[in-house]
Amino acid sequence: MSRQPVLGDIATRIAEGDRICLLGPSGIGKTTLLNVIAGLEQQFPAAAVRRRAGLRIGYLFQEHRLLPWRTLRQNLRLVGVPAHEVEPLLAQVGLAGCAEHLPDQLSLGMARRAALARCLAIQPDLLLLDEPFASLDPPRAQALQNLVGTLLDARPHMAMICVTHDARDAGRLANRIWYLNGQPARLQWDERLASGGDVAGITRKLRSLESKVV
Amino acid sequence: MKTAPWACWIALPAALLIWGLVAALLDSALLPSPLAVLQTLWGEVRAGELQHHLGVTLRRVMLSFALAMALGTLLGVWMGRAPLVNALLDPLLVLFLNLPALVTIILLYVWVGLVEAAAVLAVVINKVPNVAVTVREGARSLDNRLEQMAEVYHFTRWQRLAHVWTPQLFPYLMAATRGGLALIWKIVLVVELLGRSDGIGFQLHMAFQVFDVASILAYSLAFIAVVQVIELAVLQPLERRASRWRTAGVRHA
Repeated sequence: MSRQPVLGDIATRIAEGDRICLLGPSGIGKTTLLNVIAGLEQQFPAAAVRRRAGLRIGYLFQEHRLLPWRTLRQNLRLVGVPAHEVEPLLAQVGLAGCAEHLPDQLSLGMARRAALARCLAIQPDLLLLDEPFASLDPPRAQALQNLVGTLLDARPHMAMICVTHDARDAGRLANRIWYLNGQPARLQWDERLASGGDVAGITRKLRSLESKVV
Repeated sequence: MKTAPWACWIALPAALLIWGLVAALLDSALLPSPLAVLQTLWGEVRAGELQHHLGVTLRRVMLSFALAMALGTLLGVWMGRAPLVNALLDPLLVLFLNLPALVTIILLYVWVGLVEAAAVLAVVINKVPNVAVTVREGARSLDNRLEQMAEVYHFTRWQRLAHVWTPQLFPYLMAATRGGLALIWKIVLVVELLGRSDGIGFQLHMAFQVFDVASILAYSLAFIAVVQVIELAVLQPLERRASRWRTAGVRHA
Protein backbone atom coordinates (compact mmCIF):
# COMPACT_ATOMS: atom_id res chain seq x y z
CA MET A 1 0.00 0.00 0.00
CA SER A 2 1.52 3.28 -1.04
CA ARG A 3 0.99 6.14 1.34
CA GLN A 4 -0.44 9.34 -0.06
CA PRO A 5 0.86 12.45 1.65
CA VAL A 6 -1.98 14.38 3.26
CA LEU A 7 -0.17 17.69 3.35
CA GLY A 8 1.90 19.19 0.54
CA ASP A 9 4.71 21.70 0.87
CA ILE A 10 3.61 24.32 3.31
CA ALA A 11 5.94 27.19 3.99
CA THR A 12 4.77 29.88 6.32
CA ARG A 13 5.57 31.44 9.65
CA ILE A 14 3.53 32.34 12.67
CA ALA A 15 4.35 35.44 14.66
CA GLU A 16 3.31 36.68 18.10
CA GLY A 17 -0.22 37.96 18.10
CA ASP A 18 -1.16 36.15 14.89
CA ARG A 19 -4.80 35.11 14.95
CA ILE A 20 -5.12 32.56 12.19
CA CYS A 21 -8.30 30.82 11.14
CA LEU A 22 -7.67 27.65 9.18
CA LEU A 23 -10.44 26.90 6.71
CA GLY A 24 -10.95 24.23 4.10
CA PRO A 25 -13.15 21.31 3.09
CA SER A 26 -13.63 18.36 5.45
CA GLY A 27 -10.94 15.71 5.33
CA ILE A 28 -8.37 18.01 3.73
CA GLY A 29 -5.96 17.72 6.68
CA LYS A 30 -6.70 20.69 8.92
CA THR A 31 -6.45 18.65 12.12
CA THR A 32 -3.35 16.91 10.74
CA LEU A 33 -1.74 20.32 10.24
CA LEU A 34 -2.53 21.27 13.87
CA ASN A 35 -1.04 17.95 15.01
CA VAL A 36 2.08 18.59 12.95
CA ILE A 37 2.47 22.02 14.52
CA ALA A 38 1.95 20.51 18.00
CA GLY A 39 4.54 17.79 17.23
CA LEU A 40 2.07 14.90 17.44
CA GLU A 41 2.54 13.41 13.96
CA GLN A 42 5.21 10.78 14.45
CA GLN A 43 5.82 10.13 10.73
CA PHE A 44 6.40 13.80 10.07
CA PRO A 45 10.06 14.90 10.05
CA ALA A 46 10.45 16.85 13.27
CA ALA A 47 12.96 19.27 11.77
CA ALA A 48 10.38 20.51 9.27
CA VAL A 49 8.66 22.54 11.97
CA ARG A 50 10.94 25.01 13.72
CA ARG A 51 9.63 26.03 17.10
CA ARG A 52 11.07 28.82 19.19
CA ALA A 53 12.97 27.37 22.17
CA GLY A 54 10.66 26.95 25.14
CA LEU A 55 7.53 27.52 23.08
CA ARG A 56 4.44 26.55 25.06
CA ILE A 57 1.54 25.17 23.06
CA GLY A 58 -2.02 24.88 24.37
CA TYR A 59 -4.17 22.54 22.29
CA LEU A 60 -7.97 22.43 22.49
CA PHE A 61 -8.80 19.13 20.80
CA GLN A 62 -12.14 18.43 19.18
CA GLU A 63 -13.07 16.27 22.16
CA HIS A 64 -12.34 17.62 25.63
CA ARG A 65 -9.68 14.98 26.34
CA LEU A 66 -9.82 15.64 30.03
CA LEU A 67 -9.07 12.51 32.04
CA PRO A 68 -12.60 11.15 32.66
CA TRP A 69 -11.55 9.50 35.94
CA ARG A 70 -10.22 12.73 37.44
CA THR A 71 -12.17 15.79 38.60
CA LEU A 72 -11.67 19.15 36.91
CA ARG A 73 -9.48 20.16 39.85
CA GLN A 74 -7.27 17.09 39.46
CA ASN A 75 -7.14 17.56 35.68
CA LEU A 76 -5.93 21.13 36.11
CA ARG A 77 -3.50 20.26 38.91
CA LEU A 78 -1.93 17.68 36.57
CA VAL A 79 -0.84 20.39 34.13
CA GLY A 80 0.70 22.35 36.98
CA VAL A 81 -2.04 24.72 38.17
CA PRO A 82 -1.41 25.64 41.84
CA ALA A 83 -4.25 24.63 44.20
CA HIS A 84 -5.39 28.19 44.90
CA GLU A 85 -5.61 29.07 41.22
CA VAL A 86 -7.99 26.29 40.22
CA GLU A 87 -11.18 28.12 41.20
CA PRO A 88 -10.26 31.50 39.65
CA LEU A 89 -9.23 29.76 36.44
CA LEU A 90 -12.51 27.87 36.20
CA ALA A 91 -14.42 31.06 37.00
CA GLN A 92 -12.70 32.74 34.04
CA VAL A 93 -14.34 30.25 31.68
CA GLY A 94 -17.69 30.38 33.45
CA LEU A 95 -17.32 27.19 35.47
CA ALA A 96 -17.20 28.58 39.00
CA GLY A 97 -18.04 25.86 41.54
CA CYS A 98 -17.46 22.97 39.14
CA ALA A 99 -13.97 22.02 40.38
CA GLU A 100 -15.07 18.75 41.98
CA HIS A 101 -17.08 17.57 38.96
CA LEU A 102 -15.94 14.75 36.73
CA PRO A 103 -15.73 15.71 33.03
CA ASP A 104 -18.59 13.39 32.04
CA GLN A 105 -20.89 15.09 34.52
CA LEU A 106 -20.64 18.26 32.42
CA SER A 107 -22.40 19.14 29.19
CA LEU A 108 -20.41 19.20 25.98
CA GLY A 109 -20.06 22.98 26.10
CA MET A 110 -18.99 23.02 29.75
CA ALA A 111 -16.43 20.26 29.19
CA ARG A 112 -15.02 22.23 26.28
CA ARG A 113 -14.73 25.30 28.52
CA ALA A 114 -12.90 23.20 31.10
CA ALA A 115 -10.53 21.98 28.39
CA LEU A 116 -10.04 25.59 27.32
CA ALA A 117 -9.15 26.47 30.91
CA ARG A 118 -6.50 23.76 30.83
CA CYS A 119 -5.08 25.24 27.59
CA LEU A 120 -4.79 28.66 29.15
CA ALA A 121 -3.42 27.30 32.42
CA ILE A 122 -0.04 26.59 30.88
CA GLN A 123 0.26 30.23 29.68
CA PRO A 124 0.64 29.20 26.04
CA ASP A 125 2.52 31.21 23.45
CA LEU A 126 0.50 29.44 20.78
CA LEU A 127 -3.09 28.31 21.19
CA LEU A 128 -4.43 25.62 18.85
CA LEU A 129 -8.21 25.31 18.63
CA ASP A 130 -9.75 22.45 16.66
CA GLU A 131 -13.37 23.30 15.80
CA PRO A 132 -13.99 24.90 19.18
CA PHE A 133 -17.60 25.84 18.43
CA ALA A 134 -18.73 22.71 16.59
CA SER A 135 -21.75 20.68 17.77
CA LEU A 136 -22.95 23.36 20.21
CA ASP A 137 -26.37 24.95 19.81
CA PRO A 138 -26.15 28.49 18.38
CA PRO A 139 -26.46 30.50 21.65
CA ARG A 140 -23.82 28.38 23.38
CA ALA A 141 -21.52 28.49 20.36
CA GLN A 142 -21.94 32.27 20.34
CA ALA A 143 -21.23 32.51 24.07
CA LEU A 144 -18.09 30.38 23.74
CA GLN A 145 -16.96 32.43 20.75
CA ASN A 146 -17.36 35.62 22.82
CA LEU A 147 -15.41 34.00 25.65
CA VAL A 148 -12.56 32.99 23.34
CA GLY A 149 -12.57 36.51 21.87
CA THR A 150 -12.31 38.05 25.35
CA LEU A 151 -9.55 35.67 26.43
CA LEU A 152 -7.61 36.45 23.26
CA ASP A 153 -8.01 40.20 23.74
CA ALA A 154 -6.51 39.85 27.22
CA ARG A 155 -3.44 38.10 25.76
CA PRO A 156 -2.23 40.23 22.85
CA HIS A 157 1.05 38.35 22.42
CA MET A 158 -0.45 34.90 22.24
CA ALA A 159 -0.69 33.44 18.73
CA MET A 160 -3.70 31.36 17.78
CA ILE A 161 -4.64 28.90 15.06
CA CYS A 162 -8.30 27.99 14.95
CA VAL A 163 -9.73 25.30 12.68
CA THR A 164 -13.29 26.10 11.73
CA HIS A 165 -15.96 25.59 9.09
CA ASP A 166 -17.72 28.80 9.91
CA ALA A 167 -16.80 32.03 8.15
CA ARG A 168 -18.31 33.99 11.05
CA ASP A 169 -15.70 32.58 13.47
CA ALA A 170 -13.02 33.72 11.07
CA GLY A 171 -14.58 37.17 10.79
CA ARG A 172 -14.69 37.58 14.55
CA LEU A 173 -11.42 36.01 15.68
CA ALA A 174 -8.90 36.10 12.85
CA ASN A 175 -6.43 38.61 11.53
CA ARG A 176 -5.08 36.08 9.04
CA ILE A 177 -6.87 33.37 7.16
CA TRP A 178 -5.39 30.15 5.85
CA TYR A 179 -7.18 28.00 3.32
CA LEU A 180 -6.17 24.42 2.75
CA ASN A 181 -7.04 22.97 -0.65
CA GLY A 182 -5.74 20.64 -3.34
CA GLN A 183 -4.52 17.12 -3.02
CA PRO A 184 -2.21 16.85 -1.17
CA ALA A 185 -3.39 19.93 0.66
CA ARG A 186 -1.59 23.19 0.02
CA LEU A 187 -1.85 26.37 1.91
CA GLN A 188 -3.17 29.68 0.65
CA TRP A 189 -3.74 32.75 2.69
CA ASP A 190 -5.68 35.87 2.29
CA GLU A 191 -4.87 38.67 4.67
CA ARG A 192 -7.21 41.16 3.02
CA LEU A 193 -10.39 39.24 3.74
CA ALA A 194 -9.53 38.72 7.36
CA SER A 195 -8.53 42.20 8.34
CA GLY A 196 -11.85 43.57 7.10
CA GLY A 197 -13.82 40.90 8.95
CA ASP A 198 -15.49 40.30 5.57
CA VAL A 199 -17.69 37.31 6.43
CA ALA A 200 -19.45 37.26 3.06
CA GLY A 201 -16.12 37.29 1.22
CA ILE A 202 -14.73 34.47 3.35
CA THR A 203 -17.89 32.42 2.80
CA ARG A 204 -17.62 32.86 -0.98
CA LYS A 205 -13.99 31.81 -0.96
CA LEU A 206 -14.74 28.76 1.17
CA ARG A 207 -17.59 27.69 -1.16
CA SER A 208 -15.38 27.97 -4.24
CA LEU A 209 -12.72 25.80 -2.56
CA GLU A 210 -15.24 23.17 -1.55
CA SER A 211 -16.78 22.97 -5.01
CA LYS A 212 -13.33 22.41 -6.51
CA VAL A 213 -12.63 19.44 -4.26
CA VAL A 214 -16.10 17.87 -4.65
CA MET B 1 -34.02 -7.28 35.38
CA LYS B 2 -34.20 -7.75 39.14
CA THR B 3 -34.32 -11.26 40.56
CA ALA B 4 -35.77 -12.24 43.91
CA PRO B 5 -33.30 -11.77 46.79
CA TRP B 6 -33.96 -15.26 48.17
CA ALA B 7 -32.95 -16.95 44.89
CA CYS B 8 -29.30 -17.35 45.88
CA TRP B 9 -30.24 -19.12 49.14
CA ILE B 10 -31.69 -22.20 47.43
CA ALA B 11 -28.94 -24.17 45.73
CA LEU B 12 -26.33 -24.35 48.52
CA PRO B 13 -28.67 -25.44 51.37
CA ALA B 14 -30.26 -27.94 48.98
CA ALA B 15 -26.86 -29.42 48.13
CA LEU B 16 -26.04 -29.58 51.85
CA LEU B 17 -29.33 -31.35 52.54
CA ILE B 18 -28.79 -33.91 49.77
CA TRP B 19 -25.23 -34.52 51.02
CA GLY B 20 -26.55 -35.10 54.56
CA LEU B 21 -29.26 -37.48 53.35
CA VAL B 22 -26.96 -39.51 51.11
CA ALA B 23 -24.32 -39.70 53.88
CA ALA B 24 -26.92 -40.94 56.41
CA LEU B 25 -28.20 -43.49 53.89
CA LEU B 26 -24.75 -44.88 52.96
CA ASP B 27 -23.32 -44.64 56.47
CA SER B 28 -19.75 -45.03 55.12
CA ALA B 29 -16.45 -43.51 56.21
CA LEU B 30 -15.88 -42.59 52.54
CA LEU B 31 -18.73 -40.08 52.68
CA PRO B 32 -18.86 -38.45 56.13
CA SER B 33 -21.90 -36.33 57.05
CA PRO B 34 -21.67 -32.52 57.06
CA LEU B 35 -21.64 -32.63 60.85
CA ALA B 36 -18.68 -35.05 60.93
CA VAL B 37 -16.78 -32.74 58.56
CA LEU B 38 -17.48 -29.77 60.85
CA GLN B 39 -16.24 -31.76 63.83
CA THR B 40 -13.03 -32.64 61.97
CA LEU B 41 -12.64 -28.97 61.03
CA TRP B 42 -13.04 -27.90 64.63
CA GLY B 43 -10.57 -30.54 65.79
CA GLU B 44 -7.96 -29.29 63.29
CA VAL B 45 -8.54 -25.69 64.43
CA ARG B 46 -8.12 -26.66 68.12
CA ALA B 47 -4.91 -28.51 67.34
CA GLY B 48 -3.65 -25.41 65.49
CA GLU B 49 -3.03 -27.50 62.36
CA LEU B 50 -5.54 -25.77 60.11
CA GLN B 51 -4.27 -22.24 60.83
CA HIS B 52 -0.68 -23.29 60.32
CA HIS B 53 -1.20 -24.99 56.96
CA LEU B 54 -3.69 -22.41 55.73
CA GLY B 55 -1.21 -19.66 56.65
CA VAL B 56 1.62 -21.38 54.78
CA THR B 57 -0.55 -21.86 51.69
CA LEU B 58 -1.79 -18.26 51.80
CA ARG B 59 1.78 -17.00 52.03
CA ARG B 60 2.75 -18.99 48.94
CA VAL B 61 -0.33 -17.78 47.07
CA MET B 62 0.31 -14.12 47.91
CA LEU B 63 3.99 -14.26 47.06
CA SER B 64 3.54 -16.00 43.71
CA PHE B 65 0.50 -13.86 42.91
CA ALA B 66 2.42 -10.62 43.53
CA LEU B 67 5.38 -11.77 41.45
CA ALA B 68 3.19 -13.10 38.62
CA MET B 69 1.12 -9.90 38.46
CA ALA B 70 4.19 -7.64 38.49
CA LEU B 71 6.07 -9.59 35.81
CA GLY B 72 2.97 -10.30 33.73
CA THR B 73 1.89 -6.64 33.77
CA LEU B 74 5.33 -5.41 32.71
CA LEU B 75 5.49 -8.00 29.93
CA GLY B 76 1.90 -7.32 28.83
CA VAL B 77 2.33 -3.54 28.64
CA TRP B 78 5.64 -3.92 26.84
CA MET B 79 4.22 -6.35 24.28
CA GLY B 80 1.06 -4.31 23.85
CA ARG B 81 2.94 -1.09 23.14
CA ALA B 82 5.90 -2.36 21.09
CA PRO B 83 4.91 -4.41 18.00
CA LEU B 84 8.47 -5.69 17.55
CA VAL B 85 8.66 -7.04 21.10
CA ASN B 86 5.26 -8.60 20.59
CA ALA B 87 6.34 -10.31 17.36
CA LEU B 88 9.49 -11.64 19.06
CA LEU B 89 7.89 -12.92 22.24
CA ASP B 90 4.44 -14.02 21.07
CA PRO B 91 5.45 -17.58 20.03
CA LEU B 92 7.12 -18.04 23.41
CA LEU B 93 3.98 -16.78 25.13
CA VAL B 94 1.82 -19.27 23.24
CA LEU B 95 4.20 -22.06 24.18
CA PHE B 96 4.06 -21.23 27.88
CA LEU B 97 0.29 -20.72 27.79
CA ASN B 98 -0.11 -24.30 26.60
CA LEU B 99 2.50 -25.81 28.91
CA PRO B 100 0.64 -27.91 31.51
CA ALA B 101 1.16 -26.63 35.05
CA LEU B 102 2.15 -30.11 36.17
CA VAL B 103 5.07 -30.23 33.72
CA THR B 104 6.48 -26.92 35.00
CA ILE B 105 6.18 -28.07 38.58
CA ILE B 106 7.86 -31.42 37.99
CA LEU B 107 10.69 -29.92 35.92
CA LEU B 108 11.42 -27.22 38.49
CA TYR B 109 11.46 -29.73 41.35
CA VAL B 110 13.83 -31.89 39.30
CA TRP B 111 16.12 -29.04 38.30
CA VAL B 112 16.03 -26.79 41.36
CA GLY B 113 15.21 -29.33 44.03
CA LEU B 114 12.30 -29.74 46.46
CA VAL B 115 12.68 -26.23 47.83
CA GLU B 116 10.41 -23.25 48.43
CA ALA B 117 11.93 -21.22 45.58
CA ALA B 118 11.13 -23.97 43.07
CA ALA B 119 7.54 -24.15 44.33
CA VAL B 120 6.91 -20.41 44.04
CA LEU B 121 8.76 -20.14 40.73
CA ALA B 122 6.65 -22.95 39.24
CA VAL B 123 3.45 -21.11 40.11
CA VAL B 124 4.80 -17.80 38.77
CA ILE B 125 5.86 -19.36 35.46
CA ASN B 126 2.41 -20.87 35.07
CA LYS B 127 0.64 -17.61 35.74
CA VAL B 128 2.75 -14.91 34.04
CA PRO B 129 1.59 -15.75 30.47
CA ASN B 130 -2.10 -15.43 31.44
CA VAL B 131 -1.54 -12.06 33.08
CA ALA B 132 0.57 -10.87 30.14
CA VAL B 133 -2.09 -11.83 27.57
CA THR B 134 -4.84 -10.04 29.48
CA VAL B 135 -2.81 -6.91 30.16
CA ARG B 136 -1.58 -6.87 26.55
CA GLU B 137 -5.19 -6.47 25.41
CA GLY B 138 -5.50 -3.51 27.75
CA ALA B 139 -2.25 -1.93 26.61
CA ARG B 140 -3.38 -2.24 22.98
CA SER B 141 -6.64 -0.49 23.70
CA LEU B 142 -5.06 2.52 25.45
CA ASP B 143 -6.76 5.64 24.07
CA ASN B 144 -4.39 7.32 21.63
CA ARG B 145 -6.26 10.62 22.02
CA LEU B 146 -5.29 10.75 25.69
CA GLU B 147 -1.71 9.83 24.74
CA GLN B 148 -1.62 12.88 22.48
CA MET B 149 -3.07 15.01 25.25
CA ALA B 150 -0.40 13.79 27.67
CA GLU B 151 2.24 14.54 25.02
CA VAL B 152 1.02 18.12 24.45
CA TYR B 153 0.87 18.86 28.17
CA HIS B 154 4.28 17.27 28.85
CA PHE B 155 3.08 14.72 31.38
CA THR B 156 5.95 13.03 33.17
CA ARG B 157 6.43 9.28 32.87
CA TRP B 158 5.02 8.85 36.33
CA GLN B 159 1.96 11.03 35.62
CA ARG B 160 1.22 8.99 32.51
CA LEU B 161 1.49 5.76 34.41
CA ALA B 162 -0.59 6.84 37.39
CA HIS B 163 -3.21 9.05 35.79
CA VAL B 164 -3.50 7.99 32.16
CA TRP B 165 -2.54 4.33 31.90
CA THR B 166 -3.50 2.70 35.19
CA PRO B 167 -7.16 3.81 35.11
CA GLN B 168 -7.48 2.45 31.58
CA LEU B 169 -5.68 -0.79 32.42
CA PHE B 170 -7.62 -1.26 35.64
CA PRO B 171 -10.42 -3.49 34.26
CA TYR B 172 -7.78 -5.71 32.65
CA LEU B 173 -5.72 -5.83 35.85
CA MET B 174 -8.85 -6.79 37.76
CA ALA B 175 -9.64 -9.54 35.23
CA ALA B 176 -6.05 -10.78 35.53
CA THR B 177 -6.32 -10.67 39.33
CA ARG B 178 -9.58 -12.63 39.40
CA GLY B 179 -8.43 -15.25 36.94
CA GLY B 180 -4.99 -15.19 38.51
CA LEU B 181 -6.09 -15.92 42.05
CA ALA B 182 -8.47 -18.67 40.93
CA LEU B 183 -5.66 -20.37 39.02
CA ILE B 184 -2.92 -19.80 41.58
CA TRP B 185 -4.96 -21.29 44.47
CA LYS B 186 -5.23 -24.48 42.50
CA ILE B 187 -1.65 -24.67 41.28
CA VAL B 188 -0.27 -23.97 44.75
CA LEU B 189 -2.14 -26.99 46.11
CA VAL B 190 -0.61 -29.22 43.43
CA VAL B 191 2.84 -27.78 44.13
CA GLU B 192 2.41 -28.55 47.82
CA LEU B 193 1.07 -32.02 47.14
CA LEU B 194 4.06 -32.90 44.99
CA GLY B 195 6.97 -31.53 46.92
CA ARG B 196 6.37 -29.59 50.12
CA SER B 197 5.93 -30.76 53.69
CA ASP B 198 3.38 -28.18 54.80
CA GLY B 199 0.37 -26.32 53.41
CA ILE B 200 -3.16 -27.37 52.50
CA GLY B 201 -1.96 -29.38 49.51
CA PHE B 202 0.36 -31.38 51.73
CA GLN B 203 -2.45 -32.05 54.23
CA LEU B 204 -4.73 -33.20 51.42
CA HIS B 205 -1.98 -35.52 50.29
CA MET B 206 -1.64 -37.00 53.80
CA ALA B 207 -5.41 -37.45 54.12
CA PHE B 208 -5.52 -39.09 50.69
CA GLN B 209 -2.93 -41.70 51.79
CA VAL B 210 -5.32 -42.95 54.51
CA PHE B 211 -8.58 -42.17 52.65
CA ASP B 212 -9.50 -39.63 55.36
CA VAL B 213 -12.36 -38.02 53.41
CA ALA B 214 -13.54 -35.97 56.41
CA SER B 215 -10.17 -34.16 56.57
CA ILE B 216 -10.11 -33.64 52.80
CA LEU B 217 -13.54 -32.01 52.91
CA ALA B 218 -12.74 -30.02 56.06
CA TYR B 219 -9.59 -28.49 54.53
CA SER B 220 -11.36 -27.82 51.24
CA LEU B 221 -14.19 -25.99 52.99
CA ALA B 222 -11.81 -23.86 55.02
CA PHE B 223 -9.92 -23.05 51.84
CA ILE B 224 -13.06 -22.07 49.88
CA ALA B 225 -14.18 -19.89 52.79
CA VAL B 226 -10.88 -17.98 52.82
CA VAL B 227 -11.01 -17.43 49.04
CA GLN B 228 -14.54 -16.04 49.38
CA VAL B 229 -13.51 -13.69 52.18
CA ILE B 230 -10.70 -12.30 50.02
CA GLU B 231 -13.13 -11.82 47.14
CA LEU B 232 -15.67 -9.97 49.30
CA ALA B 233 -13.31 -8.05 51.56
CA VAL B 234 -10.57 -7.06 49.11
CA LEU B 235 -11.43 -7.46 45.44
CA GLN B 236 -15.00 -6.19 45.34
CA PRO B 237 -14.39 -3.01 47.38
CA LEU B 238 -11.31 -2.29 45.25
CA GLU B 239 -13.33 -2.66 42.08
CA ARG B 240 -16.15 -0.44 43.36
CA ARG B 241 -13.70 2.24 44.44
CA ALA B 242 -11.85 2.34 41.13
CA SER B 243 -14.93 2.37 38.93
CA ARG B 244 -16.74 5.10 40.87
CA TRP B 245 -16.07 7.64 38.12
CA ARG B 246 -18.06 5.49 35.67
CA THR B 247 -21.16 5.38 37.81
CA ALA B 248 -20.99 9.03 38.88
CA GLY B 249 -23.74 9.64 36.34
CA VAL B 250 -24.13 12.02 33.48
CA ARG B 251 -25.75 15.04 35.00
CA HIS B 252 -26.36 17.23 31.99
CA ALA B 253 -26.12 14.95 28.96
